[in-house]
Amino acid sequence: MYVLGQQLVNGLVLGATYGLIAVGYTMVYGIIGMINFAHGDVYMLSAYLTAIALAVLSYWGLHSPWLLIVISLLFAMALTSLIGVVIERLAYRPLRKANRLAPLISAIGVSLILQNYVQLSQGARNQGVPTLIDGAFRFGNEQHFFQVTYNQLLIVVVAFFSMLGLNLLVSYTALGRACRATQQDREMAQILGIPADRVIAAVFAMGAAMAAVAGVLITLNYGSFDFSIGFVTGIKAFTAAVLGGIGSLPGAMLGGILLGLAESLFSGFVNSDYKDVFAFALLVSILIFRPSGLLGKPVVEKV
Amino acid sequence: MTAQAASTQALLSIRDLRVSYGPTEVVHGISLDVFPGEIVSLIGSNGAGKTTLLRSLYGVPRAKSGSIIFAGEDLSQVPTHQVAKRGLSLVPEGRRIFSGMSVLENLKIGQTSRADPAGAEEDLEWIYQMFPRLKERSAQRAGTLSGGEQQMLAIGRSLMARPRLLLLDEPSLGLAPLVVRSIFETLRTVAAQGMTIFLVEQNAHQALRLAHRAYVLSTGRISLEGPGQELLKNPEVKAAYLGGH
Repeated sequence: MYVLGQQLVNGLVLGATYGLIAVGYTMVYGIIGMINFAHGDVYMLSAYLTAIALAVLSYWGLHSPWLLIVISLLFAMALTSLIGVVIERLAYRPLRKANRLAPLISAIGVSLILQNYVQLSQGARNQGVPTLIDGAFRFGNEQHFFQVTYNQLLIVVVAFFSMLGLNLLVSYTALGRACRATQQDREMAQILGIPADRVIAAVFAMGAAMAAVAGVLITLNYGSFDFSIGFVTGIKAFTAAVLGGIGSLPGAMLGGILLGLAESLFSGFVNSDYKDVFAFALLVSILIFRPSGLLGKPVVEKV
Repeated sequence: MTAQAASTQALLSIRDLRVSYGPTEVVHGISLDVFPGEIVSLIGSNGAGKTTLLRSLYGVPRAKSGSIIFAGEDLSQVPTHQVAKRGLSLVPEGRRIFSGMSVLENLKIGQTSRADPAGAEEDLEWIYQMFPRLKERSAQRAGTLSGGEQQMLAIGRSLMARPRLLLLDEPSLGLAPLVVRSIFETLRTVAAQGMTIFLVEQNAHQALRLAHRAYVLSTGRISLEGPGQELLKNPEVKAAYLGGH
């Protein structure tokens, strides 16, 4: 019972972060039809940016944990957005009219560049950040209990409001409308006066900022990271995006939560060594029955 | 119209326009003018180059040679998304509404290139007045509209930009005759309020009846030009485009 409670909490927290990262894959796929394999590494960069922000801020004598968190979040989001835009501009936009494979290979190249650059400049060792908020809510008695740490609560709350904010942005603002119009018919959007290149850049910025939210929160929670964390987490988040239906924003969030829950329930009750096997097996079995994911629309070939 | 041609400057003036898709030239040196307040139709059969001509105004594809002068400015190198800002608005072939978005959202997308964003509310009311169906269905997904309603939406979307020149590409395509008639009736109303219209059509009968002036395009060249009513009676036009009646 308590194990179940604990695994549900852990799964929700993990799932929320997958969802945050999955949003970037799904939005980019939706608008230009490519899988941005460098997205996981943008998430990795945000961990380092968190460490940099925390170091600089404490050097300046700032010690309020909440202020540190908020400033690191904003700092990481701003810089990763910029990096996202630059990646698109340099590595993907020149290949916009090339065949579909070219930007994919370019994305893998960017991913390798980012990993190797960080490894060389920051070192291959694990890096760490200090614990900013300690403590937990406990449920149960002395012997049997499950807990929700303040960090976990922070992750779920911030993830929820980030997703909500992004959803409102996409659903109700002129930029959101422009994104959806460009996604559906880029040429028509341009004919109507929408600067599609700028909209695409904005999508990269939004996706990167959401990955940064995940990166900052996870870094604060686990305390340690290295240059390679983007790979596995990126693949998982990508899986979440496909599971939910790639191209669908609510799908990415749902896929993230489901994947997180499945993974942590499996490791809690069956075997933690095989959790990745289970996660991907789940993906395969869902795709067999729903090839376009849980909330994805079936692809209709235009004649 | 010759008096008008001499006294006013053309809003749109195309000279010796050549357009190709890859190695294939589709438009072989077209010249035409649209004057402010006019309804001009361009008729021609399938494959004559009508759509290509309209699309080249937006640079998709770019003209190979010749000039496109709109309100005194050469459009031939203007980026696609900036053409609308100059005051052109296209109702494209096949409507191309954003089917996943609501009717109202489609109309709002149309106002992107407005010179005066403040006037959008007023124009929305005007469009709703003209097409009450759109008002009734403003929250509905655009993809669920009937063909005729979608055409109205595409026209409304373009009007939301308050263009100086409304371009229409085959608004009658795939619609029932009754719906076509009502669409053309609306165009007449819009024109009566001072909108300049350049219409490209296969439905020669409706297009010529509506137009002040018209051009006949055959295989990439202008073969005839004159007042709409005159072309309606022209034996060549009758034989080729009006089914010989």
